Amino acid sequence: MPTRGLPPSAISEATMQLNKPHFDPNPVLCIISGIGLDDLKNKVFAKRGLYKGQKKTQKPAAEAPAERAASPPKPSGLRSSITPGTVVILLAGRFRGKRVVFLKQLESGLLLVTGPYKVNGVPLRRVNQAYVIATSTKIDISGVKVDEKVNDAYFAKSSSSAGKSAELEFFEDGKPKAKEAFPESKAADQKEVDKAVIEAIKKTEYLAKYLKASWGLSKGQFPHQLVF
Amino acid sequence: MKLWTLRLYSKGRVLGHKRAKRNSRPNTSLIQIEGVSNKEEAQFYLGKRIAYVYKAKREVQGSKVRVIWGRVTRPHGSSGVVKSKFRSNLPPHAFGASVRVMLYPSNI
Repeated sequence: MPTRGLPPSAISEATMQLNKPHFDPNPVLCIISGIGLDDLKNKVFAKRGLYKGQKKTQKPAAEAPAERAASPPKPSGLRSSITPGTVVILLAGRFRGKRVVFLKQLESGLLLVTGPYKVNGVPLRRVNQAYVIATSTKIDISGVKVDEKVNDAYFAKSSSSAGKSAELEFFEDGKPKAKEAFPESKAADQKEVDKAVIEAIKKTEYLAKYLKASWGLSKGQFPHQLVF
Repeated sequence: MKLWTLRLYSKGRVLGHKRAKRNSRPNTSLIQIEGVSNKEEAQFYLGKRIAYVYKAKREVQGSKVRVIWGRVTRPHGSSGVVKSKFRSNLPPHAFGASVRVMLYPSNI
């Protein structure tokens, strides 16, 4: 034991310190009591059972991740200003500037919105909350039933367009793309939903004209000063 | 004669890069938004996306118009000027140029 340079009394004291039932591996204390740092290391080694080998962090067993049930995706919050029947202004995309009626929030968090189509040409469409300004104009659409089948899967792009080989596409480039006729069923869905919405719109004077008109900023109008 | 416009953005001007007297940090640009004169008003625009739109001679993807997108990050000072970061730094020839401060992501 390398407790050199110490008087015999100190050496025995030091060993006693190491073999005490409660061994405090504090390097400072050890130095004070005369225990060499090598002795300290050995003692700590023994205390931690490192002779058994360094413990590697246990990787979870293959079943463990599956056991931790994936929490179901939470529906993203809806701004309190957006309620079913709110007239909403689209800020980006093909129909930017259009005033449109909010129907409901879909599972994915996107908002389901309709022009109605006859009024301003906006069909049943999904829109992200962040790209929308909610106005204080509300329409009573309690009588409007949006079919359950109008959900996120309803709007998924058809897989046939992805099936084309790259060669065919290359040769077709330049020629006008053949447009697929709008599916009859979707047109029927649109009419069904819009019928009830348009009835509610007709109750208020000028509301149809309001929805037909687009919105935009004009000179002297600053969004942070406007009340929507 | 059109009685309405389709402008869906606020107009802004690029004042320059974030800088001290002798050192500049070109990754952040200062933007003056029209109509905004104090820090409280500028809060509305934080997070909004900005488009620096410019024209070039060579057509890219079928258009001679190009954009550098960015966002309003924080206010600058107390007079409504605002700091912003772009996907690539704004080139110095953009100082004094107009910039479009879009209204999205919206929180109204």
